[in-house]
Amino acid sequence: MSAILDRTLTFGAGRERPAAEASPTQPVARKATTTAARAQPRPGADPAAWSRRLRNTAAVVLPPLIVTAVFLFLWEMMTSSQGAVLPGPSQVISDTWELIVNPFYDYGGNDVGMAWQLLASLERVAYGYALAVVAGIGLGVLVGQSTWAMRGLDPLFQVLRTVPPLAWLPISLAAFQASNPSAIFVIFITAIWPIIINTSVGIRNISQDYVNVARVLRLNGFEYFTKIMLPAAAPYVFSGLRIGIGLAWLAIVAAEMLIGGVGIGFFIWDAWNASMLSDIVLALVYVGLVGFFLDRLVAIVGNWVTRGTQAG
Amino acid sequence: MTSYLSIEHVHKTFGEGPSATEVLRDVDLHVDRGEFISIIGHSGCGKSTVLNIVAGLLETSTGAVILDGKEVSKPGPDRSVVFQNHSLLPWLTVRDNVALAVDKTFKGTKSAAERREWVLQTLDMVGMSHALDKRPDEISGGMKQRVGIARALAMEPKVLLMDEPFGALDALTRAHLQDEVMRIQSELGNTVLMVTHDVDEAVLLSDRIVMMTNGPAATIGEILEIDLPKPRERLAMADNAEYNHYRAEVLRFLHERHKNPESEAA
Repeated sequence: MSAILDRTLTFGAGRERPAAEASPTQPVARKATTTAARAQPRPGADPAAWSRRLRNTAAVVLPPLIVTAVFLFLWEMMTSSQGAVLPGPSQVISDTWELIVNPFYDYGGNDVGMAWQLLASLERVAYGYALAVVAGIGLGVLVGQSTWAMRGLDPLFQVLRTVPPLAWLPISLAAFQASNPSAIFVIFITAIWPIIINTSVGIRNISQDYVNVARVLRLNGFEYFTKIMLPAAAPYVFSGLRIGIGLAWLAIVAAEMLIGGVGIGFFIWDAWNASMLSDIVLALVYVGLVGFFLDRLVAIVGNWVTRGTQAG
Repeated sequence: MTSYLSIEHVHKTFGEGPSATEVLRDVDLHVDRGEFISIIGHSGCGKSTVLNIVAGLLETSTGAVILDGKEVSKPGPDRSVVFQNHSLLPWLTVRDNVALAVDKTFKGTKSAAERREWVLQTLDMVGMSHALDKRPDEISGGMKQRVGIARALAMEPKVLLMDEPFGALDALTRAHLQDEVMRIQSELGNTVLMVTHDVDEAVLLSDRIVMMTNGPAATIGEILEIDLPKPRERLAMADNAEYNHYRAEVLRFLHERHKNPESEAA
């Protein structure tokens, strides 16, 4: 019992996120369509409407632009003094211009463009994450459905999920005898825990009302799984998937630093060994952007799949 | 006894050992085909437990429920339920919520086209044809309950079970839906078992009102036959002496002989 509470608390913050986000985004989206519909019959006819829309857009776009500009300015200031160790933004751009404008070059070996480095990392994440999704949802359903399985597996999960991703790498290298499967395994084992735990919480929280409806309709096991269980648990499952993709992307960079080969993680390590700090900064920016887009991607898919499920 | 639905000496105890609570003691009720029965009582008296036992969602401790000659042991579409909080599946549209029930119930007996048509027909009967493709979160509480009623009726149940179906609605919407239920019941002649705590609702809709004593170990205190001609007009009833007499009977039972346990304690 305490294990369940514990889990809910641990992942509570993550779990609330999509729900909290979905409710503001839905009305906003609806509002956007109604204003668009209202504007359509007289496009650009009303200058007051135009200026209002311009002001609204500015209110959204300006704050991040200003903050980014201030951040870059401060960074430039702090690194422009004599004896500064780290490169400023202008120096990063001039140092890495070749990398920025040529993302797809291929000189053989590890000497390939940033796009290939990122794609290699993304490919590993895709394999490991896909395996984690399938196994995680499967195990989550099992643990959520069966009290016996929950009692048996939960202690194991609670211990294993605290093992840091990189601690798995030596043992997986030993088991697979190859670097690429080991990296994929590290992604898998990193991403799977939040997926299992959130899925099982989602299954356990299925409203008794829906269970009663299923019983009155005499849905069989398969129908119950597809028509009630999956849609009812989907918001929880997707918050697990979202935490999982974030962790997977965190782990891949560290894992690649150790296994070498093509990939953004080893690129960073290689640049460090060659003292090319500007390359590292550029790679960090790319890692951040890709991580952000992965998170948004899962969130968007989640919002689309779970539309309607939040409301009672 | 050969009544359509009989609840035969049902006892229900929750829990085991020293923590066990006896909820129902010797509930015995016989319902004829096409009858509209209300079960009324203070909250916590186990009236919903009776309904859930008939639905098969709960098992009896002793005693049995027999419907149309067969003992009830598990839930089924011949005893469809209108739940208090509508219990529509929020990820399905209005049409799909009803279609799920229809497709499941009539898979072997009706063609796909007939089933589609039947879904539209039942939704039309409750006046929800305008919102077929809306999801439950896009319609009002009263509309949701209409869809809940449509879903239950669409299964063509032998007994329609309603668990405080209008409890969560405002007074005006409730009156509308009561009128609708009266109309539909007179058209289809359903056998209905309804749990309620609303005296007017019980007198207006029912052929008989089953009044339950307070729990624990609640049982049927009295059964009041409402001998008013149908269809009944809400407005005409307000001035009808007989109606008011029945109403007073129920109130007397609830407030004199079986006071609310909470107000007694206070």
